[in-house]
Amino acid sequence: MTSTTQNKNLFQYKGFRTFLAAVFWIGLWQLAYFTVKQEILIVSPVRVLQRLSELSQTKEFWLTAFLSMLRIVEGFLLGVAFGSVLAVLTSVSRMMYDIFYPVISIIKATPVASFIILALVWIPSTHVPSFTSFLMVTPIIWANMVNGIKKTDKNLLQMAASYRFGLVKTVKRVYLPSVMPYFTAACTTGMGLAWKAGISAEVLSVTPLSIGRQIYNSKIYIETDDLFAWTVIVIVMSVILEWLMVRFMKKVGQKYNVVQ
Amino acid sequence: MKIHNLTKNYNGKTVLDQFSLQFPSTGTVCLFGPSGCGKTTLLNCIAGLEPFDSGEIEGAGNGKISYLFQENRLLPWISAKDNIATVLRGKPGQNAEQAEKWLGLVGLAEAGNKRPAELSGGMRRRVALARALAYGGDLYLMDEPFQGLDAERRDEMIALLQKETAGALKIIVTHDFEEAEMLADVIYILEGPPVRIADIIVKNPV
Repeated sequence: MTSTTQNKNLFQYKGFRTFLAAVFWIGLWQLAYFTVKQEILIVSPVRVLQRLSELSQTKEFWLTAFLSMLRIVEGFLLGVAFGSVLAVLTSVSRMMYDIFYPVISIIKATPVASFIILALVWIPSTHVPSFTSFLMVTPIIWANMVNGIKKTDKNLLQMAASYRFGLVKTVKRVYLPSVMPYFTAACTTGMGLAWKAGISAEVLSVTPLSIGRQIYNSKIYIETDDLFAWTVIVIVMSVILEWLMVRFMKKVGQKYNVVQ
Repeated sequence: MKIHNLTKNYNGKTVLDQFSLQFPSTGTVCLFGPSGCGKTTLLNCIAGLEPFDSGEIEGAGNGKISYLFQENRLLPWISAKDNIATVLRGKPGQNAEQAEKWLGLVGLAEAGNKRPAELSGGMRRRVALARALAYGGDLYLMDEPFQGLDAERRDEMIALLQKETAGALKIIVTHDFEEAEMLADVIYILEGPPVRIADIIVKNPV
Protein backbone atom coordinates (compact mmCIF):
# COMPACT_ATOMS: atom_id res chain seq x y z
CA MET A 1 0.00 0.00 0.00
CA THR A 2 2.71 2.40 1.01
CA SER A 3 4.61 1.88 -2.21
CA THR A 4 1.54 2.69 -4.35
CA THR A 5 1.14 6.00 -2.55
CA GLN A 6 4.80 6.78 -3.09
CA ASN A 7 4.55 5.97 -6.80
CA LYS A 8 1.57 8.24 -7.15
CA ASN A 9 3.56 11.06 -5.59
CA LEU A 10 6.53 10.50 -7.88
CA PHE A 11 4.33 10.81 -10.98
CA GLN A 12 3.27 14.25 -9.87
CA TYR A 13 6.76 15.59 -10.55
CA LYS A 14 7.22 16.85 -14.10
CA GLY A 15 10.94 16.05 -13.94
CA PHE A 16 10.21 12.44 -13.10
CA ARG A 17 7.73 12.12 -15.96
CA THR A 18 10.22 13.67 -18.38
CA PHE A 19 12.89 11.26 -17.13
CA LEU A 20 10.55 8.30 -17.66
CA ALA A 21 9.71 9.50 -21.18
CA ALA A 22 13.42 9.77 -21.99
CA VAL A 23 14.11 6.30 -20.58
CA PHE A 24 11.22 4.91 -22.65
CA TRP A 25 12.43 6.33 -25.96
CA ILE A 26 16.10 5.60 -25.40
CA GLY A 27 15.07 2.07 -24.38
CA LEU A 28 13.10 1.71 -27.60
CA TRP A 29 16.13 2.97 -29.53
CA GLN A 30 18.36 0.41 -27.81
CA LEU A 31 15.78 -2.30 -28.55
CA ALA A 32 15.74 -1.31 -32.22
CA TYR A 33 19.51 -1.57 -32.24
CA PHE A 34 19.40 -5.08 -30.71
CA THR A 35 16.81 -6.13 -33.30
CA VAL A 36 18.62 -4.77 -36.35
CA LYS A 37 22.16 -5.49 -35.09
CA GLN A 38 23.82 -3.55 -37.91
CA GLU A 39 25.87 -0.50 -36.93
CA ILE A 40 25.48 0.92 -40.43
CA LEU A 41 21.70 1.13 -40.14
CA ILE A 42 21.29 2.09 -36.53
CA VAL A 43 23.80 2.99 -33.84
CA SER A 44 23.26 2.21 -30.18
CA PRO A 45 22.72 5.09 -27.76
CA VAL A 46 25.82 3.99 -25.88
CA ARG A 47 27.94 4.19 -29.03
CA VAL A 48 26.59 7.68 -29.78
CA LEU A 49 27.55 8.83 -26.29
CA GLN A 50 30.98 7.28 -26.70
CA ARG A 51 31.45 8.99 -30.08
CA LEU A 52 30.30 12.30 -28.62
CA SER A 53 32.85 12.09 -25.83
CA GLU A 54 35.60 11.23 -28.35
CA LEU A 55 34.63 14.13 -30.58
CA SER A 56 34.34 16.59 -27.73
CA GLN A 57 37.98 16.05 -26.84
CA THR A 58 39.14 17.70 -30.06
CA LYS A 59 39.40 21.45 -30.56
CA GLU A 60 37.96 21.09 -34.04
CA PHE A 61 34.69 19.75 -32.66
CA TRP A 62 34.02 22.84 -30.58
CA LEU A 63 35.08 25.17 -33.38
CA THR A 64 32.85 23.35 -35.86
CA ALA A 65 29.83 23.44 -33.57
CA PHE A 66 30.45 27.09 -32.68
CA LEU A 67 30.86 28.23 -36.29
CA SER A 68 27.72 26.38 -37.40
CA MET A 69 25.80 28.00 -34.58
CA LEU A 70 27.18 31.41 -35.55
CA ARG A 71 26.06 31.01 -39.18
CA ILE A 72 22.60 29.89 -38.19
CA VAL A 73 22.12 32.57 -35.55
CA GLU A 74 23.31 35.18 -38.04
CA GLY A 75 20.73 34.05 -40.59
CA PHE A 76 18.06 33.83 -37.92
CA LEU A 77 18.69 37.34 -36.58
CA LEU A 78 18.78 38.82 -40.08
CA GLY A 79 15.51 37.05 -40.85
CA VAL A 80 13.91 38.38 -37.66
CA ALA A 81 15.05 41.93 -38.40
CA PHE A 82 14.08 41.87 -42.06
CA GLY A 83 10.77 40.06 -41.44
CA SER A 84 9.82 42.58 -38.74
CA VAL A 85 10.60 45.64 -40.85
CA LEU A 86 8.73 44.12 -43.76
CA ALA A 87 5.74 43.33 -41.54
CA VAL A 88 5.52 46.95 -40.40
CA LEU A 89 5.87 48.27 -43.95
CA THR A 90 3.27 45.93 -45.41
CA SER A 91 0.86 46.66 -42.56
CA VAL A 92 1.16 50.40 -43.06
CA SER A 93 0.79 50.36 -46.83
CA ARG A 94 -1.61 48.23 -48.84
CA MET A 95 0.58 48.77 -51.90
CA MET A 96 3.66 47.40 -50.11
CA TYR A 97 1.60 44.41 -49.04
CA ASP A 98 0.55 43.71 -52.61
CA ILE A 99 4.16 44.04 -53.76
CA PHE A 100 5.70 41.73 -51.16
CA TYR A 101 2.91 39.19 -50.65
CA PRO A 102 3.64 37.16 -53.84
CA VAL A 103 7.40 37.17 -53.18
CA ILE A 104 6.95 35.88 -49.64
CA SER A 105 4.48 33.24 -50.81
CA ILE A 106 6.96 32.04 -53.41
CA ILE A 107 9.78 31.89 -50.85
CA LYS A 108 7.51 29.92 -48.51
CA ALA A 109 6.61 27.36 -51.17
CA THR A 110 10.04 26.91 -52.78
CA PRO A 111 11.96 23.80 -51.67
CA VAL A 112 14.90 24.62 -49.44
CA ALA A 113 17.19 22.58 -51.68
CA SER A 114 16.39 24.80 -54.70
CA PHE A 115 17.38 27.87 -52.74
CA ILE A 116 20.57 26.30 -51.51
CA ILE A 117 21.67 25.29 -55.01
CA LEU A 118 20.71 28.72 -56.38
CA ALA A 119 22.50 30.48 -53.55
CA LEU A 120 25.62 28.42 -54.27
CA VAL A 121 25.60 29.89 -57.75
CA TRP A 122 24.95 33.44 -56.56
CA ILE A 123 27.05 33.94 -53.44
CA PRO A 124 30.27 32.57 -51.85
CA SER A 125 29.56 29.13 -50.41
CA THR A 126 30.53 30.16 -46.85
CA HIS A 127 27.56 32.53 -46.77
CA VAL A 128 25.04 30.06 -48.12
CA PRO A 129 24.02 28.53 -44.74
CA SER A 130 23.17 31.87 -43.10
CA PHE A 131 21.49 33.08 -46.27
CA THR A 132 19.33 29.94 -46.34
CA SER A 133 18.37 30.33 -42.67
CA PHE A 134 17.55 33.97 -43.33
CA LEU A 135 15.25 33.02 -46.21
CA MET A 136 13.41 30.46 -44.10
CA VAL A 137 12.96 32.72 -41.08
CA THR A 138 11.83 35.91 -42.88
CA PRO A 139 8.40 34.67 -44.10
CA ILE A 140 7.54 33.13 -40.73
CA ILE A 141 8.30 36.34 -38.84
CA TRP A 142 6.56 38.41 -41.48
CA ALA A 143 3.37 36.35 -41.61
CA ASN A 144 2.98 36.13 -37.83
CA MET A 145 3.69 39.80 -37.21
CA VAL A 146 1.32 40.94 -39.95
CA ASN A 147 -1.32 38.74 -38.37
CA GLY A 148 -0.56 40.15 -34.89
CA ILE A 149 -0.73 43.74 -36.11
CA LYS A 150 -4.01 43.01 -37.90
CA LYS A 151 -5.50 41.40 -34.78
CA THR A 152 -4.64 44.33 -32.51
CA ASP A 153 -7.78 45.26 -30.57
CA LYS A 154 -9.59 48.01 -32.50
CA ASN A 155 -11.23 49.22 -29.30
CA LEU A 156 -7.84 49.84 -27.69
CA LEU A 157 -6.63 51.65 -30.80
CA GLN A 158 -9.73 53.84 -30.68
CA MET A 159 -9.06 54.49 -27.00
CA ALA A 160 -5.46 55.44 -27.82
CA ALA A 161 -6.66 57.80 -30.54
CA SER A 162 -9.24 59.36 -28.27
CA TYR A 163 -6.69 59.99 -25.49
CA ARG A 164 -4.27 61.33 -28.10
CA PHE A 165 -1.48 58.81 -27.48
CA GLY A 166 0.40 59.76 -30.63
CA LEU A 167 2.37 57.29 -32.73
CA VAL A 168 5.18 56.38 -30.32
CA LYS A 169 2.93 55.73 -27.35
CA THR A 170 0.38 53.83 -29.46
CA VAL A 171 3.11 51.54 -30.75
CA LYS A 172 4.66 51.04 -27.32
CA ARG A 173 1.45 50.63 -25.34
CA VAL A 174 -0.93 48.99 -27.81
CA TYR A 175 0.76 47.48 -30.87
CA LEU A 176 3.91 46.02 -29.29
CA PRO A 177 2.17 44.14 -26.48
CA SER A 178 -0.46 42.84 -28.91
CA VAL A 179 2.11 41.59 -31.40
CA MET A 180 4.48 40.13 -28.79
CA PRO A 181 2.82 36.68 -28.47
CA TYR A 182 2.78 36.28 -32.26
CA PHE A 183 6.41 37.42 -32.46
CA THR A 184 7.54 35.00 -29.75
CA ALA A 185 5.75 32.09 -31.42
CA ALA A 186 7.29 33.01 -34.78
CA CYS A 187 10.78 33.21 -33.26
CA THR A 188 10.40 29.75 -31.70
CA THR A 189 9.27 28.19 -34.97
CA GLY A 190 11.84 30.23 -36.88
CA MET A 191 14.72 29.07 -34.69
CA GLY A 192 13.94 25.40 -35.40
CA LEU A 193 13.65 26.08 -39.12
CA ALA A 194 16.87 28.10 -39.18
CA TRP A 195 18.75 25.08 -37.82
CA LYS A 196 17.18 22.61 -40.24
CA ALA A 197 17.70 24.81 -43.28
CA GLY A 198 21.15 26.02 -42.20
CA ILE A 199 22.51 22.53 -41.64
CA SER A 200 21.02 21.34 -44.94
CA ALA A 201 22.79 24.22 -46.65
CA GLU A 202 26.06 23.26 -44.98
CA VAL A 203 25.64 19.69 -46.22
CA LEU A 204 24.96 20.76 -49.79
CA SER A 205 27.64 23.44 -49.91
CA VAL A 206 30.14 21.34 -47.93
CA THR A 207 31.04 24.41 -45.87
CA PRO A 208 34.48 24.07 -44.24
CA LEU A 209 34.38 23.70 -40.43
CA SER A 210 30.66 23.02 -40.29
CA ILE A 211 28.37 20.40 -38.78
CA GLY A 212 26.84 19.97 -42.23
CA ARG A 213 30.22 19.00 -43.66
CA GLN A 214 30.70 16.45 -40.88
CA ILE A 215 27.27 15.00 -41.69
CA TYR A 216 28.21 14.95 -45.37
CA ASN A 217 31.46 13.11 -44.56
CA SER A 218 29.60 10.58 -42.44
CA LYS A 219 27.51 9.80 -45.52
CA ILE A 220 30.58 9.47 -47.78
CA TYR A 221 32.44 7.20 -45.35
CA ILE A 222 29.26 5.49 -44.10
CA GLU A 223 30.01 6.48 -40.48
CA THR A 224 26.54 6.21 -39.05
CA ASP A 225 27.80 6.82 -35.51
CA ASP A 226 29.14 10.23 -36.59
CA LEU A 227 25.85 11.07 -38.27
CA PHE A 228 23.97 10.24 -35.07
CA ALA A 229 26.45 12.11 -32.88
CA TRP A 230 26.36 15.32 -34.94
CA THR A 231 22.58 15.15 -35.18
CA VAL A 232 22.41 14.98 -31.39
CA ILE A 233 24.63 18.06 -31.25
CA VAL A 234 22.30 19.96 -33.57
CA ILE A 235 19.24 19.03 -31.52
CA VAL A 236 20.90 19.97 -28.22
CA MET A 237 22.15 23.33 -29.52
CA SER A 238 18.80 24.14 -31.12
CA VAL A 239 16.92 23.38 -27.90
CA ILE A 240 19.37 25.38 -25.74
CA LEU A 241 19.26 28.39 -28.07
CA GLU A 242 15.48 28.32 -28.19
CA TRP A 243 15.29 28.14 -24.41
CA LEU A 244 17.70 31.04 -23.99
CA MET A 245 15.83 33.08 -26.56
CA VAL A 246 12.42 32.55 -24.94
CA ARG A 247 13.85 33.45 -21.53
CA PHE A 248 15.48 36.57 -22.92
CA MET A 249 12.30 37.71 -24.65
CA LYS A 250 10.27 37.14 -21.50
CA LYS A 251 12.74 39.21 -19.47
CA VAL A 252 12.74 42.06 -21.97
CA GLY A 253 8.95 41.85 -22.27
CA GLN A 254 8.50 42.10 -18.53
CA LYS A 255 10.92 44.99 -18.28
CA TYR A 256 9.03 47.02 -20.85
CA ASN A 257 5.56 45.85 -19.77
CA VAL A 258 4.70 44.24 -23.06
CA VAL A 259 3.71 40.80 -21.81
CA GLN A 260 0.36 40.02 -20.33
CA MET B 1 -21.65 72.61 -29.13
CA LYS B 2 -24.03 71.93 -31.97
CA ILE B 3 -24.92 68.88 -34.01
CA HIS B 4 -26.54 69.76 -37.29
CA ASN B 5 -28.30 67.36 -39.67
CA LEU B 6 -26.00 64.45 -38.86
CA THR B 7 -26.53 61.39 -41.04
CA LYS B 8 -24.73 58.09 -40.74
CA ASN B 9 -25.34 54.72 -42.30
CA TYR B 10 -23.66 51.70 -40.88
CA ASN B 11 -23.81 48.26 -42.49
CA GLY B 12 -26.78 49.31 -44.58
CA LYS B 13 -28.67 50.57 -41.54
CA THR B 14 -29.42 54.25 -40.96
CA VAL B 15 -28.24 55.01 -37.43
CA LEU B 16 -28.47 58.78 -37.67
CA ASP B 17 -30.85 60.52 -40.03
CA GLN B 18 -30.61 64.30 -40.20
CA PHE B 19 -30.11 64.39 -36.44
CA SER B 20 -29.71 67.80 -34.82
CA LEU B 21 -29.10 68.76 -31.21
CA GLN B 22 -27.67 71.81 -29.48
CA PHE B 23 -25.74 71.42 -26.23
CA PRO B 24 -25.07 74.02 -23.53
CA SER B 25 -21.41 74.88 -22.88
CA THR B 26 -21.46 73.48 -19.35
CA GLY B 27 -23.63 71.20 -17.29
CA THR B 28 -24.74 67.63 -17.66
CA VAL B 29 -26.78 66.38 -20.56
CA CYS B 30 -28.13 62.85 -20.37
CA LEU B 31 -29.02 60.88 -23.43
CA PHE B 32 -31.51 58.30 -22.23
CA GLY B 33 -32.79 55.55 -24.43
CA PRO B 34 -32.90 51.83 -25.07
CA SER B 35 -29.73 49.89 -25.98
CA GLY B 36 -29.04 49.80 -29.67
CA CYS B 37 -30.83 53.05 -30.48
CA GLY B 38 -27.61 54.62 -31.69
CA LYS B 39 -26.45 56.56 -28.62
CA THR B 40 -22.92 55.13 -28.69
CA THR B 41 -22.57 55.88 -32.40
CA LEU B 42 -23.58 59.45 -31.67
CA LEU B 43 -20.88 59.73 -28.97
CA ASN B 44 -18.26 58.23 -31.30
CA CYS B 45 -19.17 60.79 -33.97
CA ILE B 46 -18.87 63.63 -31.47
CA ALA B 47 -15.48 62.24 -30.33
CA GLY B 48 -14.31 62.15 -33.94
CA LEU B 49 -13.71 58.41 -33.77
CA GLU B 50 -16.30 57.46 -36.37
CA PRO B 51 -16.89 59.19 -39.69
CA PHE B 52 -20.39 60.24 -40.69
CA ASP B 53 -21.96 60.60 -44.10
CA SER B 54 -23.23 64.16 -43.91
CA GLY B 55 -24.01 66.96 -41.49
CA GLU B 56 -21.86 68.94 -39.12
CA ILE B 57 -20.63 68.88 -35.57
CA GLU B 58 -19.60 72.31 -34.41
CA GLY B 59 -17.55 73.12 -31.36
CA ALA B 60 -16.51 69.61 -30.28
CA GLY B 61 -13.16 69.55 -32.02
CA ASN B 62 -11.85 72.74 -30.44
CA GLY B 63 -11.32 71.51 -26.93
CA LYS B 64 -10.00 68.47 -25.18
CA ILE B 65 -12.40 65.55 -25.10
CA SER B 66 -12.31 62.89 -22.41
CA TYR B 67 -14.15 59.73 -23.35
CA LEU B 68 -15.25 57.02 -20.93
CA PHE B 69 -16.10 54.11 -23.20
CA GLN B 70 -18.90 51.67 -22.58
CA GLU B 71 -16.34 48.88 -22.34
CA ASN B 72 -13.52 49.99 -20.07
CA ARG B 73 -10.82 49.63 -22.72
CA LEU B 74 -8.05 49.42 -20.15
CA LEU B 75 -4.67 48.19 -21.37
CA PRO B 76 -4.49 44.61 -20.04
CA TRP B 77 -0.67 44.47 -19.90
CA ILE B 78 -0.09 47.36 -17.51
CA SER B 79 -1.19 48.14 -13.96
CA ALA B 80 -4.22 50.23 -13.02
CA LYS B 81 -1.86 53.04 -12.04
CA ASP B 82 0.00 52.92 -15.37
CA ASN B 83 -3.30 52.87 -17.23
CA ILE B 84 -4.07 56.26 -15.73
CA ALA B 85 -0.51 57.61 -15.89
CA THR B 86 -0.20 56.75 -19.56
CA VAL B 87 -2.91 59.25 -20.62
CA LEU B 88 -1.21 62.10 -18.75
CA ARG B 89 1.23 64.53 -20.30
CA GLY B 90 3.56 65.44 -17.43
CA LYS B 91 6.92 64.00 -16.40
CA PRO B 92 6.80 60.27 -15.54
CA GLY B 93 7.13 60.89 -11.79
CA GLN B 94 4.36 63.48 -11.78
CA ASN B 95 2.09 61.26 -13.85
CA ALA B 96 2.51 58.41 -11.40
CA GLU B 97 1.72 60.73 -8.51
CA GLN B 98 -1.37 62.04 -10.28
CA ALA B 99 -2.48 58.51 -11.13
CA GLU B 100 -2.20 57.55 -7.47
CA LYS B 101 -4.23 60.57 -6.44
CA TRP B 102 -7.05 59.67 -8.84
CA LEU B 103 -7.01 56.04 -7.77
CA GLY B 104 -7.43 57.26 -4.21
CA LEU B 105 -10.38 59.43 -5.23
CA VAL B 106 -12.23 56.48 -6.76
CA GLY B 107 -11.45 54.36 -3.70
CA LEU B 108 -8.77 52.16 -5.26
CA ALA B 109 -5.64 53.42 -3.52
CA GLU B 110 -4.62 49.82 -2.72
CA ALA B 111 -5.17 48.45 -6.22
CA GLY B 112 -2.72 50.62 -8.15
CA ASN B 113 -0.23 47.88 -8.93
CA LYS B 114 -2.80 45.34 -10.05
CA ARG B 115 -3.50 44.68 -13.68
CA PRO B 116 -7.08 44.97 -15.00
CA ALA B 117 -7.55 41.18 -15.06
CA GLU B 118 -6.85 41.07 -11.32
CA LEU B 119 -9.63 43.56 -10.54
CA SER B 120 -13.39 43.03 -10.30
CA GLY B 121 -15.71 44.47 -12.94
CA GLY B 122 -16.72 47.36 -10.68
CA MET B 123 -13.09 48.15 -9.85
CA ARG B 124 -12.16 48.20 -13.54
CA ARG B 125 -15.03 50.58 -14.18
CA ARG B 126 -13.69 52.92 -11.51
CA VAL B 127 -10.16 52.76 -12.99
CA ALA B 128 -11.60 53.72 -16.38
CA LEU B 129 -13.55 56.54 -14.73
CA ALA B 130 -10.41 57.71 -12.90
CA ARG B 131 -8.53 57.70 -16.22
CA ALA B 132 -11.21 59.82 -17.90
CA LEU B 133 -11.26 62.28 -14.99
CA ALA B 134 -7.46 62.44 -14.78
CA TYR B 135 -7.21 63.19 -18.48
CA GLY B 136 -9.66 66.05 -18.05
CA GLY B 137 -11.13 68.26 -20.73
CA ASP B 138 -13.81 70.69 -21.75
CA LEU B 139 -16.07 67.90 -22.89
CA TYR B 140 -16.69 64.57 -21.20
CA LEU B 141 -18.36 61.81 -23.17
CA MET B 142 -19.48 59.06 -20.85
CA ASP B 143 -21.11 55.88 -22.02
CA GLU B 144 -22.94 54.14 -19.17
CA PRO B 145 -20.38 55.56 -16.71
CA PHE B 146 -21.56 53.74 -13.59
CA GLN B 147 -22.50 50.33 -14.93
CA GLY B 148 -21.53 47.49 -12.66
CA LEU B 149 -21.32 49.68 -9.55
CA ASP B 150 -23.60 49.17 -6.57
CA ALA B 151 -25.90 52.05 -5.59
CA GLU B 152 -23.65 53.34 -2.83
CA ARG B 153 -20.53 53.39 -5.01
CA ARG B 154 -22.49 54.92 -7.84
CA ASP B 155 -23.62 57.82 -5.67
CA GLU B 156 -20.04 58.40 -4.53
CA MET B 157 -18.81 58.40 -8.12
CA ILE B 158 -21.59 60.77 -9.23
CA ALA B 159 -20.59 63.20 -6.46
CA LEU B 160 -16.92 62.92 -7.51
CA LEU B 161 -17.77 63.46 -11.16
CA GLN B 162 -19.87 66.54 -10.46
CA LYS B 163 -17.16 67.99 -8.23
CA GLU B 164 -14.20 67.35 -10.54
CA THR B 165 -15.84 68.36 -13.81
CA ALA B 166 -17.66 71.53 -12.80
CA GLY B 167 -17.40 74.00 -15.65
CA ALA B 168 -17.15 71.35 -18.35
CA LEU B 169 -19.87 69.87 -20.51
CA LYS B 170 -20.75 66.27 -19.79
CA ILE B 171 -22.72 64.20 -22.23
CA ILE B 172 -23.77 61.03 -20.49
CA VAL B 173 -25.37 58.09 -22.19
CA THR B 174 -27.47 55.86 -19.97
CA HIS B 175 -30.41 53.52 -20.06
CA ASP B 176 -31.03 53.89 -16.34
CA PHE B 177 -33.60 56.62 -15.80
CA GLU B 178 -32.91 56.96 -12.08
CA GLU B 179 -29.27 57.67 -12.92
CA ALA B 180 -30.28 60.20 -15.57
CA GLU B 181 -32.49 61.96 -13.07
CA MET B 182 -29.74 62.14 -10.47
CA LEU B 183 -27.16 63.52 -12.88
CA ALA B 184 -28.72 65.61 -15.53
CA ASP B 185 -29.57 69.23 -16.07
CA VAL B 186 -31.31 68.17 -19.25
CA ILE B 187 -32.46 64.69 -20.25
CA TYR B 188 -33.04 63.85 -23.88
CA ILE B 189 -35.16 60.77 -24.25
CA LEU B 190 -34.11 59.09 -27.44
CA GLU B 191 -35.65 56.44 -29.66
CA GLY B 192 -34.34 54.66 -32.66
CA PRO B 193 -32.53 53.72 -34.75
CA PRO B 194 -32.35 56.07 -36.47
CA VAL B 195 -31.93 58.22 -33.39
CA ARG B 196 -34.64 60.80 -32.77
CA ILE B 197 -35.59 62.85 -29.76
CA ALA B 198 -38.81 61.57 -28.25
CA ASP B 199 -38.93 63.92 -25.27
CA ILE B 200 -36.91 66.53 -23.42
CA ILE B 201 -36.91 66.93 -19.67
CA VAL B 202 -35.29 70.12 -18.41
CA LYS B 203 -34.34 69.87 -14.75
CA ASN B 204 -31.99 72.81 -14.28
CA PRO B 205 -32.14 75.37 -17.04
CA VAL B 206 -28.55 76.27 -17.98
